[in-house]
Amino acid sequence: MTTTTAPARTAAPATTTGAGRRRRRPFRLGGALLYVVLIVIAVIYIFPFLIDISTSFKTETDATNDPLGLLPPTWSVAAYTYLFANSDFPIWFVNSAVVTVAVTTGRTLFDSAAGYALARLRFGGRNALYAGFIAVMAVPGVVLLIPKFLVINQLGMFDSYSGMIVPLFADAAGVFIMKNFFESIPVAVEEAARIDGAGTLRTFWSVILPMARPALVTIVILSFQGSWNELAHFIVSTSSPDLYTLTKGVATLSSGAIGSAKRYPVQLGAAAIMTIPVAILFIAFQRRITNTASGAVKE
Amino acid sequence: MTSATARVPVRRHMAGIRRGQAASGYLFTAPAVIVLVVFLVIPIFMALWVSFSDWGGRGSPFASGVHFVGLKNYGALTGGGGLAEQDFGTALRNNLWFVILVVPTQTVIALLLAVLVNNRILKGRGFFRTAFYFPSVTSSVAITVLWYFLFNPTGAVNQLLGAVGLHGPNWPADASGVLHDLLSLVGLRTGPGFLVNGSFLGVTWWDWLSGPSVGMMIIITMVVFTTSGTFMLLFIAALQNLSQEVEEAAMVDGATAWQRFRLVTLPQLRTTLFTVLTLGLIGTWQVFDQVFVGSQGDPGKTTLTPAYLSYVAGFQNQDWGQAAAIAFILFAIIVFFTLVQRWVLRERGVSRRRMRRNGFDRNDSGEYAAADRLLTAAAVAGAVQNRDSSGGSL
Repeated sequence: MTTTTAPARTAAPATTTGAGRRRRRPFRLGGALLYVVLIVIAVIYIFPFLIDISTSFKTETDATNDPLGLLPPTWSVAAYTYLFANSDFPIWFVNSAVVTVAVTTGRTLFDSAAGYALARLRFGGRNALYAGFIAVMAVPGVVLLIPKFLVINQLGMFDSYSGMIVPLFADAAGVFIMKNFFESIPVAVEEAARIDGAGTLRTFWSVILPMARPALVTIVILSFQGSWNELAHFIVSTSSPDLYTLTKGVATLSSGAIGSAKRYPVQLGAAAIMTIPVAILFIAFQRRITNTASGAVKE
Repeated sequence: MTSATARVPVRRHMAGIRRGQAASGYLFTAPAVIVLVVFLVIPIFMALWVSFSDWGGRGSPFASGVHFVGLKNYGALTGGGGLAEQDFGTALRNNLWFVILVVPTQTVIALLLAVLVNNRILKGRGFFRTAFYFPSVTSSVAITVLWYFLFNPTGAVNQLLGAVGLHGPNWPADASGVLHDLLSLVGLRTGPGFLVNGSFLGVTWWDWLSGPSVGMMIIITMVVFTTSGTFMLLFIAALQNLSQEVEEAAMVDGATAWQRFRLVTLPQLRTTLFTVLTLGLIGTWQVFDQVFVGSQGDPGKTTLTPAYLSYVAGFQNQDWGQAAAIAFILFAIIVFFTLVQRWVLRERGVSRRRMRRNGFDRNDSGEYAAADRLLTAAAVAGAVQNRDSSGGSL
């Protein structure tokens, strides 16, 4: 595929003008080919989501007979009526929201406090502790499913909000990100604050945290997305239908009693709605997210 | 405050600050440490005990009625000829093929996307990046539901295949292995005797060589679709860090674009490539969500994975000892393959000067740079997919 860019690139020195050194003529044969390739791939990546949305507005017959059409032959909101009026979907949504807000708040606080301490405060065992965080980060999540259930059960937290939320506070990767960030900002400001007599807690809260906004945004996005999309942890920490989250609930839509009837518009409508909050977050921070590793994470 | 005059009188004051610092240090790290110890470290040791016990799920695993059974749970999985062994072997076979297909594919696609999108003259880069990355942020549950709709027998995929004159299979119900299918095209329907008669972990050698089932292809395409965007971001970050000088020098020397990519760019991407492959390996050995939501191991147990099998053993069969044992074997597998990968892609005596020429920082010992980047990437990719289903990359 790099061959496609070749003409444009090699031709570049010839087309440079005095006005702009890096300005190259965009539309050469190679350039045009690049756009065609990219647009085709983009369509492949976007098309499934368009099908999802359009199918959720189809009748069940149309969903089966015309799975490709982007415009429903007859528009129907039956799927959404069912989801909101006749199913537990609203409960799932609320549960997901509660868990996500709690987990995001907790992680932001815990991660930034621990990251700050590891980056700046001097205390015995700091390096060992840091090594511990790194080691823990390497433990694969799925391997922990059965073990986590055992502990949650033992602590009497099974089937409760606390069992759903508190274990998700564990986030070594977030601590790592925050530590890296705090190490990248100048130490002068906080030392000035400390010498002015502000305690560590005070310095942290009113001097450090406001400065850490870019990194905090990172943690918020990762935590929000992580806990909103989490499935496995809720499978092992709850069983009561009252505590179903969107992920667990929608999973039962596709595999449970309803699934055998293959109510595709309902399934896909639910899938579309559960994607919206993350999509909003994603669009709001699109620049930050896709510009990769800038700002928060020290490269 | 660093001026020489200020330093002397401040010193005693600083000593007090240091003492305060130690206390705050413990206070600040305590919440994160406690949560990690209680819900990550202790569970591992508790599960280790359960994997050596006959605990049946009732009461505490430390109660007096629970016995130490040695390696019995592990033994049932790796030998004995029972159903447990056969299921475990099948799950390993399935996941192995899954890894073999997904890891190279997602890496190549991610690299391809990154190179395409990283082109400086490209307009609308933001749009393309967003389009390619979006599947990575959506929930695995939503994508699974969507994917099984696309791949249903009369679904979008088969309609598209029909449009070009192909008759698509009944994807979710077709348990036949893709390699077996290909071999049957050339008339080889049953394997040679030495493959059919011999077996490993309750699965004949012939069946080990089946390839992923048609049903598994649904999950394979889905995972490639959702992870390529995450890894694309890692490659983009790496590409942007490359020095332009080398590339330009090669250009002056008259290297073609492909030569420049293969001989100049690719060697410099080595560390990132290693990161992506490692994260890919770690992630693909943990397929769970997609199986739980989409297939529950069907068709014919060909989408059973060790992670899902562990869940079934515990939560459905109440065989917690075995469930924990599967989890630990899976852990060992992941560690093993990561080490193999590390060994295969090890640095072969790259000299300092060469590293510097390749754009490494002068003050870095290359090893540190590699480790640090891997960790950053791991953190950034949210330790990838299943950990929190967060493919988030910042």
